[in-house]
Amino acid sequence: MYLLYLITGLALIVSLIASREKTWKALKISVKRLVTILPAFIIMLILVSVVLFLVPDNVIFACLGNHSKTIGVLVALFFGSITLMPGFIAYPLCGILLEKGITYMVLAAFSTTLMMVGGLTYPIESQYFGAKVTILRNLVSLLIAVAVAIATGIFFGEIG
Amino acid sequence: MTKRANIFKAAGAAVYAVFVVLSFFYGYAPGKEIGQNFISFSLAMLKILPCAFILIGLFEVWIKKETIEKHLGSGSGITAYFWGILLAGTSVGGLYVAFPVAYSLYNKGAKLGMIFAYIASSAICRVPMTIFEASFMGIKFSMIRLAVSLPLVVVSSMLLGGYLEKKGYKITKKR
Repeated sequence: MYLLYLITGLALIVSLIASREKTWKALKISVKRLVTILPAFIIMLILVSVVLFLVPDNVIFACLGNHSKTIGVLVALFFGSITLMPGFIAYPLCGILLEKGITYMVLAAFSTTLMMVGGLTYPIESQYFGAKVTILRNLVSLLIAVAVAIATGIFFGEIG
Repeated sequence: MTKRANIFKAAGAAVYAVFVVLSFFYGYAPGKEIGQNFISFSLAMLKILPCAFILIGLFEVWIKKETIEKHLGSGSGITAYFWGILLAGTSVGGLYVAFPVAYSLYNKGAKLGMIFAYIASSAICRVPMTIFEASFMGIKFSMIRLAVSLPLVVVSSMLLGGYLEKKGYKITKKR
C-alpha cells in the first residue's frame, strides 16, 4: 500500500518538474473521472454492505461444508459471484474454512469467483463497458473459475 | 444510463442513508452493522482510489496514443497480453480499480482483448495478493490456480475481444 503512495508521489513530482501545466491538466482529468464514476462506487458500497450483512461468515461456512462435492462447488461459485471482498478479508476467511475441513476445490471456486466475477461491481463495470459486455465477461470468468476448481480438485486428489 | 434509472438509484441511496442514520440513532443492530460495513469498505477504497485516479490522470496526459497503439493495439500480437498481465500483476485494488484503468487504456488505443486480459488478471494475479493468498492457502494452491487460470484468461480474452471487434463493438461514451 505504501508503495502505491510512493509511486504516486514520485510520479507527481517528476510530472511537476517536467511541466506544471500538464500536471495541472492531469489532476483535472483525475478529479473529473473520479467524480463521474463516484455514484456507481457508492451504489456498489451500499450493495456490499447489505450483502455482507445478509451473508455472514458462518452462513458461508454452513453452506460450503454440508453438501456433496458438486453442490459444494456450485454453492461456492454462487456465493463468490454475488459477494465481493477485498483480499485481506477473503484469504484469511478461506484459510479458516480450510482448517475447518472445506476442500481446496470448493475454496478455489469460492476465491476465484470472489475475485473475478462481480455481481456487486456490475454498476461500475456496466457504466464503463455496457451491460452486454459486462455480462459476457462475467460469464467467461465464471467458466474459468469452474475450470480452476476442477483442476484444483484433481491436483489435490479430491475428485476421482 | 437513463434518467429514470438514475432517479431510482438516487432514491434507493437516500432510503439507505436514512435507514442507516436512524439505525444508529435508535440503536437498531442490523442497521448499525450495515452502516459499519459501509464505512469500513469506504475507508479501504479511499486509501486506494485517489492515488489510482491521479495515476490515471498522469497517464492520460503523458503517455502518447501511438505508444499504446503500437504495443497494445490491434497490430501488437500476443505480447500485448503479456504486458496486460504484467501491468495487472503489479497493480493494487480489485476489479473496481481495474475498470477505470482499462477504460483509459482503451481510449489510448489498446485492443479489446488486451483490456479483458488486463481486467481478468488484475482480479486474479496481483502479486501482493497472490503472496497473501499463498500464505493462507499454501503455495501449491496458488500455483495451480495461476497455471490453470492464466492461459484460460489469455485465450478467452482473445476470443471475446475478437468476437466483439468483429461485431463492431466500441466503448463509445466519453467519460
